Amino acid sequence: MKLEELASKCGEWLRGSGPEPDIVISSRIRLARNLAEFPFVRRANADERSQISKKVRGKIESIKEWDHLLYLELQNMDEIDRQFLVERQLMSREMADSEGDRGVAIDTEERFSVMVNEEDHLRIQVMCSGLDLNTAWETINTIDDLLESRLNYAFHDNLGYLTACPTNVGTGMRVSVMLHLPALVITREIEKVFRSLQKINVAVRGLYGEGSQYMGDFYQVSNQITLGRTEQDLVATVNEVVPRIIEYERKARNFLINESEQDLHDDVSRAYGILCTAKKISSEETLHYLSKVRMGVNLGLIRSIAIETINKLFVHTQPAHLQKLRGQQLSVADRNIERASYLQGHLGHGGQANSP
Amino acid sequence: MKCQQCEKPATFHITELTEPTGPVMVHLCEEHARVYLSQESADSPTNALAGILAKQLKLEQTAEQLAKLDKKTCPVCGITFAEFRQEGRLGCGYDYVCFEEDLTPLLLNIHGAKTHRGKRPRRASGSPARQHRIIQMRREMQDAISNEDYERAGELRDQIRDLENGQDETVDPGSARSSVGSSEASDSSAGIQEEKNGGEIEG
Ligand SMILES: [Zn+2]
Ligand SMILES: [Zn+2]
Repeated sequence: MKLEELASKCGEWLRGSGPEPDIVISSRIRLARNLAEFPFVRRANADERSQISKKVRGKIESIKEWDHLLYLELQNMDEIDRQFLVERQLMSREMADSEGDRGVAIDTEERFSVMVNEEDHLRIQVMCSGLDLNTAWETINTIDDLLESRLNYAFHDNLGYLTACPTNVGTGMRVSVMLHLPALVITREIEKVFRSLQKINVAVRGLYGEGSQYMGDFYQVSNQITLGRTEQDLVATVNEVVPRIIEYERKARNFLINESEQDLHDDVSRAYGILCTAKKISSEETLHYLSKVRMGVNLGLIRSIAIETINKLFVHTQPAHLQKLRGQQLSVADRNIERASYLQGHLGHGGQANSP
Repeated sequence: MKCQQCEKPATFHITELTEPTGPVMVHLCEEHARVYLSQESADSPTNALAGILAKQLKLEQTAEQLAKLDKKTCPVCGITFAEFRQEGRLGCGYDYVCFEEDLTPLLLNIHGAKTHRGKRPRRASGSPARQHRIIQMRREMQDAISNEDYERAGELRDQIRDLENGQDETVDPGSARSSVGSSEASDSSAGIQEEKNGGEIEG
């Protein structure tokens, strides 16, 4: 399995097959873990980092259930490949940009990945399509058990799993749900909704905020604290908040349909038209219009495209993906041309790319 | 609109919705937006951490106390409290023990709790004292190698191997033939708390 093969595929979590797929893109959980017998990554010298990396890789590769895993040593990879893994959300940007011995183990179905020598020795990550945190928790708990039976984790009786940053100590767990909330943005309700949620222990961040000409309308909701609650509690907190946000977004969508369907339809169709006909297009512009088209598909205003195709295009039109798919390095200007032609290939002719 | 950090046009407009003062908009070019987003993903609320820490220390310490605290050093990884304060990251698991009194208020501030209630490893992974001793010995070994003291390096390598193979009941950090002058017990249900008395282990 090579990265090139991964590039043309589509991760499980992007399929739009999970619950509430029109609004929830994905559910993710990550666990931060450290080996007891080494200093944390930032404080480890080159020799220690390489020992950590070797040790963890060895253990990961000894797990029979994981024989389909791809282990990548990042210090040997070129920048586009690292960038590709970030766009794919299989690892963090920090991981791509840092230096020294580090790696990432990837499940080729993209259900999970394990980063080695990120901020913590191990960052285990599980992603699911739609709102499905319970599955994500069960999966990551099993993965964690498999690793724990082979590695000595740094664990403190009172403080739990020890992490490089005190904001992660305890469970070491971050639960997050990625939401697509275009109608709340259009109706300018979004701030009000999130402000009403502020007293609950969740963090919300707009990845691309309102008021901008180019935006994606994506928001991430995650737990703020990691210590003093069980993992199940943390999952439950996020699980309680998200349906309320979904309900607000549905109400806002209904409002738009009832009050101004023609305007909305016009807006969505223009966005679709630009994506299908532009000859060069930047990634921000693409994000902006894809967001509108995504809402249009979910509201039945555009019927010829599958939601999976749209989800995939958000990822495949990013710089490293375009270059991987094309098989060569491209300048910004060339990427904009390549991106436009890629979009036409997948959206034109009534969305020929409907098939999986 | 221009990027807040350079002359390029701002194409990313990021809204921070969780600032206590209300939503804050940040306008950035693509390049600076990438830096910004990677520094401050929802995954690592480090900026908030630095703020909390600074405020807390100001409230509770005089300048003199603060200067003294900043010099406090972990005997296992060598990080000073000042370094932690600047970087927002600890150096090793033992820091949670040797900086305990300064970290506890911080943890309470961040999490509203100071006791773990979640999952625990199924098997005991050996005593924290032994684990920290291994970290120290590995570094001593590297020092010995760079001083070309290969005999010492060889001894240390064997001792580390024994420790790693789980013979911690026989080789505890207190009795091991080494430069460590600590007298802590090797293993106990009290976890690494135990090691507090051993805080003087080398400098
Ligand atoms: Zn800039
Ligand atoms: Zn330390």
